[in-house]
Amino acid sequence: MKAVIVGCGRVGAGLADALDRAGWQVLIIDRTTAAFDRLPASFGGTALRGDGTDEDTLRRAGAEGADLFLALTEGDNRNVMAAQLGVESLRAVRTVAKINDPVRAEAYAHLGIATVCRTNLMEVAVLSFLGQAVGDRPGVFIPEKAHSHALDESAVPAGSTES
Amino acid sequence: MFVLVVGGGRVGYYLTKELIDAGHECVLMEKERGRADAIRDEIGSVVIAQDGCEGKYLREAGANRADIVAAVTGDDEDNLVICQMAKHHFDVPRTIARVNNPKNEALFRHLGVDEIISPTRMILGSIEQDIPIHELLHLGALGEGELEIIEAHLQPGSPAVGRVVSDLRVPAGCSLFGVIRNGAPTPLRGDTILAEGDKVIAIGRPDCEVELREQLIGEPEEV
Repeated sequence: MKAVIVGCGRVGAGLADALDRAGWQVLIIDRTTAAFDRLPASFGGTALRGDGTDEDTLRRAGAEGADLFLALTEGDNRNVMAAQLGVESLRAVRTVAKINDPVRAEAYAHLGIATVCRTNLMEVAVLSFLGQAVGDRPGVFIPEKAHSHALDESAVPAGSTES
Repeated sequence: MFVLVVGGGRVGYYLTKELIDAGHECVLMEKERGRADAIRDEIGSVVIAQDGCEGKYLREAGANRADIVAAVTGDDEDNLVICQMAKHHFDVPRTIARVNNPKNEALFRHLGVDEIISPTRMILGSIEQDIPIHELLHLGALGEGELEIIEAHLQPGSPAVGRVVSDLRVPAGCSLFGVIRNGAPTPLRGDTILAEGDKVIAIGRPDCEVELREQLIGEPEEV
């Protein structure tokens, strides 16, 4: 199983390590090499310095056809773009993007990208810790439909998108 | 017409000014407050000092009744998100994105951005009309850079078209090792006949390039 991770922050490095230990073939990309210091010495995957929103970089790194594509940089929009590249151009099987803005996290789930929203996750954690009601704050937005030509709905006759 | 411009750099600034002068209704969003204030001082209260990537602020700026949203920030990923939010969330009929990395054009188009303006592509197009196209492409360096992976795209008129590989005078220090034909990679054999449209992949020292180009591409045409 092949995993591509864009962004080697704490979460990216942690997941890279976990997947590597679980026997995945892991490729992690970050714009700065210093970020890779977060990876443990035991990490057996590939760490590549480069722009994870650049299609050529991803392709050259062998990101095509990954089973899992995680967009975990600190920029919501970079994650959105990397994730859509992953799905549309690199044909990743599963894609998850970190989007901290809850509005955008929900909007992109409607467009078919699974999104993780740290804002909601933390609010829920703190509210639960305080024994308060958490309300409607999904930490993970799961898409209802596959992402493809997601914005071209107007060009497709209504009802024909599900086929 | 109501145009929502996102990004108050030079492009956004002049665009907003011109649109207002032409009698259009226009709102400019610029997330950096200092910059937004400076523009507001000059062209009036059409400036909103908020991030146009956020749905909440797009709504406040009137995205739901905009005829056109023009995303002209310096960051491609922001421009993509602005256009997608405008289209998906606010049903804006026409979205225009500035694209800095020409490689992103296809993706943006595929993802539903209506119009793509690429300054890089425009300037490139204008330069390429002036210089002969040379179809040797550097795919990467090997080792410390002493060897390069090179791709030659065989165009009509290439001296290599129709010849068998063993007939080519491949320079010393260089090796042809594969061909991509109709998108499929195949190893190169001595008896492979090269065809128009083939992409020949070679590994060689940088100083082999001149001879390699002569063999595979031919002399650059003078324009």
